[in-house]
Amino acid sequence: MKLDQVMKVVNAKVYTNVPFGDIEINAACGADLMSDALAFGENKGLLLTGLNNPQSIRTAEMMDISCVMLVRGKEPDESLVNLANEKEIVVMKTDYSMYTACGLLYKAGLPGGDLT
Amino acid sequence: MVNDNKSDTLIQKYTVCANDFASAGAASASVKKTLKQLGFSPDFIRRTSIAMYEGEINMVIHGGGGIAEAEIAENYVKITLTDEGPGIADIDLAMREGFSTASESVRELGFGAGMGLPNIKKQADEINLSSEVGVGTTLVISLFSGA
Ligand SMILES: Nc1ncnc2c1ncn2[C@@H]1O[C@H](COP(=O)(O)OP(=O)(O)OP(=O)(O)O)[C@@H](O)[C@H]1O
Ligand SMILES: [Mg+2]
Repeated sequence: MKLDQVMKVVNAKVYTNVPFGDIEINAACGADLMSDALAFGENKGLLLTGLNNPQSIRTAEMMDISCVMLVRGKEPDESLVNLANEKEIVVMKTDYSMYTACGLLYKAGLPGGDLT
Repeated sequence: MVNDNKSDTLIQKYTVCANDFASAGAASASVKKTLKQLGFSPDFIRRTSIAMYEGEINMVIHGGGGIAEAEIAENYVKITLTDEGPGIADIDLAMREGFSTASESVRELGFGAGMGLPNIKKQADEINLSSEVGVGTTLVISLFSGA
């Protein structure tokens, strides 16, 4: 799924100035604890999280994840957005809860890393 | 960072500060960048980065900070993480999935699933964890690139 479709599915707002029109992702994972995300097999994916600090970007960076989606309408911290711009990782936020955001994306055809 | 070039290996050394969640992960990010420049495979780089990052975070949260050293050669990377923190009383228990002594405030910062050491073991080819209570902990993580 292209990131601009991800954005539409969960009605997300983008905070970074990283171009993303062509970024294609093949899986997603949802986690608030970063080691749970780091145990996730897939790369080139999407991380949905409630963790609003720069460690969510560090985690994405280590995993080669191209987009971090903050759930439950959390406005991302400036420190998080700055690091994301530097690392060319797209940051979005959705007002949906973790459960709903994951469910909407799943229904739209984006699988979990354990199913790809 | 200190670069200490021997003939065929590159040594990078970093100081990792305790409880500093703004810069935690910077050492791992720097090593990752070097591995990319040196042309290691994406999968190898990713495994190395995840393992080192988990170890680095453990020094930040549990170890009272420490030293991270990466030895990079043509066909292997060896990461040595040394701290003089409280140490680990039961290493077998610490290696278990889900075991964590992290506080609620650490969990709010995104850590404390008890998955770090198991993740390191999964990503690395070899690990060696040694620790003495009251003295400190040393974790050595090795990965061998197939090339
Ligand atoms: N450098 C260290 N110094 C002291 N204790 C440590 C160190 N590294 C790990 N530990 C102990 O081992 C436990 C398990 O570590 P592990 O990395 O698996 O989980 P965690 O750090 O608690 O949570 P997570 O890594 O999932 O965020 C820790 O909770 C801590 O008690
Ligand atoms: Mg840990």
